Amino acid sequence: MFKRLKFKHDRTEKNVTLMLVLSLIVVAIGGLVEIAPLFYMQNTIEKVVGVRPYTPLELLGRNIHIREGCYTCHSQMIRPMRDEVVRYGHYSLAAESMYDHPFQWGSKRTGPDLARVGQRYSNEWHVQHLVDPRSVVPESVMPTYPFLAAREVRVNDIADHLAANKAVGVPYTDEMLAEAKADLITQATVDADIDALLQRYPKAQTGDFDGDPGRVTEMDALVAYLQMLGTLVDFTQYQAEENYR
Amino acid sequence: MTGVGWNSLLGIGILIGLVAAGRGHDAVFQTHGWVVLILCGIGFAYRLTRDTSSRTADDEVYFDGVVRAGVIATIFWGMAGFLAGAAIASQLAFPVLNFGSEYLSFGRLRPLHTSAVIFAFGGNALIATSFYVVQRTCRARLALGGLGWFVFWGYQLFIVLAATGYLLGVTQSKEYAEPEWYVDLWLTIVWVAYLLVFMGTLLKRKEPHIYVANWFYLAFIVTVAMLHIVNNLSMPVSFLGSKSYSLFAGVQDALTQWWYGHNAVGFFLTAGFLGMMYYFVPKQANRPVYSYRLSIVHFWSLIFLYIWAGPHHLHYTALPDWAQTLGMVFSIMLWMPSWGGMINGLMTLSGAWDKLRTDPIIRMMVIAIAFYGMSTFEGPMMSIKAVNGLSHYTDWTIGHVHSGALGWVGMITFGAIYFLVPKLWNRSAMYSARLISWHVWLATIGIVIYAAVMWVSGVMQGLMWREYDENGFLVYSFAETVAAMHPFYVIRTVGGLVYIAGACLMVYNVWRTILPPAHARAALHIQQPA
Repeated sequence: MFKRLKFKHDRTEKNVTLMLVLSLIVVAIGGLVEIAPLFYMQNTIEKVVGVRPYTPLELLGRNIHIREGCYTCHSQMIRPMRDEVVRYGHYSLAAESMYDHPFQWGSKRTGPDLARVGQRYSNEWHVQHLVDPRSVVPESVMPTYPFLAAREVRVNDIADHLAANKAVGVPYTDEMLAEAKADLITQATVDADIDALLQRYPKAQTGDFDGDPGRVTEMDALVAYLQMLGTLVDFTQYQAEENYR
Repeated sequence: MTGVGWNSLLGIGILIGLVAAGRGHDAVFQTHGWVVLILCGIGFAYRLTRDTSSRTADDEVYFDGVVRAGVIATIFWGMAGFLAGAAIASQLAFPVLNFGSEYLSFGRLRPLHTSAVIFAFGGNALIATSFYVVQRTCRARLALGGLGWFVFWGYQLFIVLAATGYLLGVTQSKEYAEPEWYVDLWLTIVWVAYLLVFMGTLLKRKEPHIYVANWFYLAFIVTVAMLHIVNNLSMPVSFLGSKSYSLFAGVQDALTQWWYGHNAVGFFLTAGFLGMMYYFVPKQANRPVYSYRLSIVHFWSLIFLYIWAGPHHLHYTALPDWAQTLGMVFSIMLWMPSWGGMINGLMTLSGAWDKLRTDPIIRMMVIAIAFYGMSTFEGPMMSIKAVNGLSHYTDWTIGHVHSGALGWVGMITFGAIYFLVPKLWNRSAMYSARLISWHVWLATIGIVIYAAVMWVSGVMQGLMWREYDENGFLVYSFAETVAAMHPFYVIRTVGGLVYIAGACLMVYNVWRTILPPAHARAALHIQQPA
């Protein structure tokens, strides 16, 4: 058998193109079999009531979360294990990250999971914690982020960000694009008229997030994002059996 | 590549840099425009002012100038990557070391560390050694003339853009694929040039057979191209801005990323470095490869099975169960070809085991292969769902990665460097064999400290997270588990520093070999190029 193997392999060893093509075929198979079905299978593309695209402010906050590498220490994926469900809440659903370009599931928990951190702490706690983590959690090893509160967000090109997301499949409507800038400001403004915003983005939390009502800072955006994480799906209404995976 | 080609390329680079610097939509894009502008300007000025009369590189049988540059770059970026690692390890032990600076925070330095070690250190080692090996085993000069230099400098530009981007907060947040769309495009161009040079050299070989090391290098180059392109598909917000949004989302994005991520390990850090092993170990031991049949079986089964293993990074997540199980099964099967490779490497020494006593370079290589065997056993074990349930999200994973990266990738590269430097600079041997021996032991002790500490802290962390009291409540708050990690983070940093101390000895040793002091230079026995 090995003699035949040697004989047949001889051809591959003498032909660069054959070797290249064979290698490419061999390495392509696994990915095709595992990844391609995920774009068609019901339980990976299902929609769950409540999940919506990010508001402009949340999207900016999410981009800050990515920019600062928060994902290197914080996962956003609660596994269906007793301790995780007790510690963090209902296990994460595929649908909850369906508008996440890119996903933020993470791979390491130097800090706790953030998938359902939304509305667990007050805005003031988050701001204090981001400015000086050890002032509220003495054991923490998190870096400090005081500069977030000092920097205003860029509002001018927010519609372009929504448009880029729309181009890769997030169902932002033309109305959402047109109102993106106004929605961004409205969400971070105290006592604004938020009816239209909530119409477009149900459950969006509004108001001043960073304790500085005069302007919209990166701190506003990041806290708005953290406060909505995991809050969109109403698990009292959710039927797990319909979504067995 | 011809002189005209270089001049026009640098000219285009200057133009693109100008446009990006002047019209870029965000500060980072403008900064990167300046970086490209300045680097291309320096290149242009160098070409105009250099003295062309003293060119010697073309006289060599082989095109080794680019290999020499690659060896220096490997050592330089290796030190940068190791030091960045020590810095972020210290930050986890003492968070005050983040200095409240956005540019030096853990979240930005961590991708700098991983990319510096994988792509800058590992990538340069792979490009340099593959160019060396393919020429020797084909008995042919590197194909396509100066394109080899384009691969080298283009790759350094990629590293600089990626690294500065991380510090400035540019990241796609996909692990080991953090650089943004425009840097990805540039890397694609460089990588295609790399494939052309490598394939071209194989095509003009004077040997009938393609040597086994080249199978691995070729598979590594072509697979990394496939992974890189698919995983980095994204939609830029603006073609003059740094931000883009991944084409995929959620579950699909997660599996695409870990299909990429695990095979960055499988092909970048394994297949390519196995190519290194298949050339340098037999050469240094002066023995033929142990088994030709085993190489064939090992090669095809390794590249086929590795691709399937990605889902083991997503156990118990929202990824469908069938995909998780498939990933686990293939990861366990992967144990066999991995050990096939280990056996083939180790048994190459059969009949020459005494060299372990006398030759510190062989010792370095053997320990590298031993760590390869250790971490390719640990990996399949950690991919078993029940084990992964405990190990995932903990430091155990970090320890596992480092026994592979410091042990296998690092030490086989050090071995190759010690083999190459005397040959490339026409010296009879490295400056000091004793320093090599010290390097071997310091590196080994450093890794053992590192890995052992991360086992303890990882398992402890996993167990603390899931510990209940008699009433069914969780015993530990998350903050308490963080506090418990502190002593281990300190010892881990020490382990890393021991490893770096060894690498410093290598830098000194290479320095003295290449540039001996004046009085020694006269007495140097200068070899003819092989």
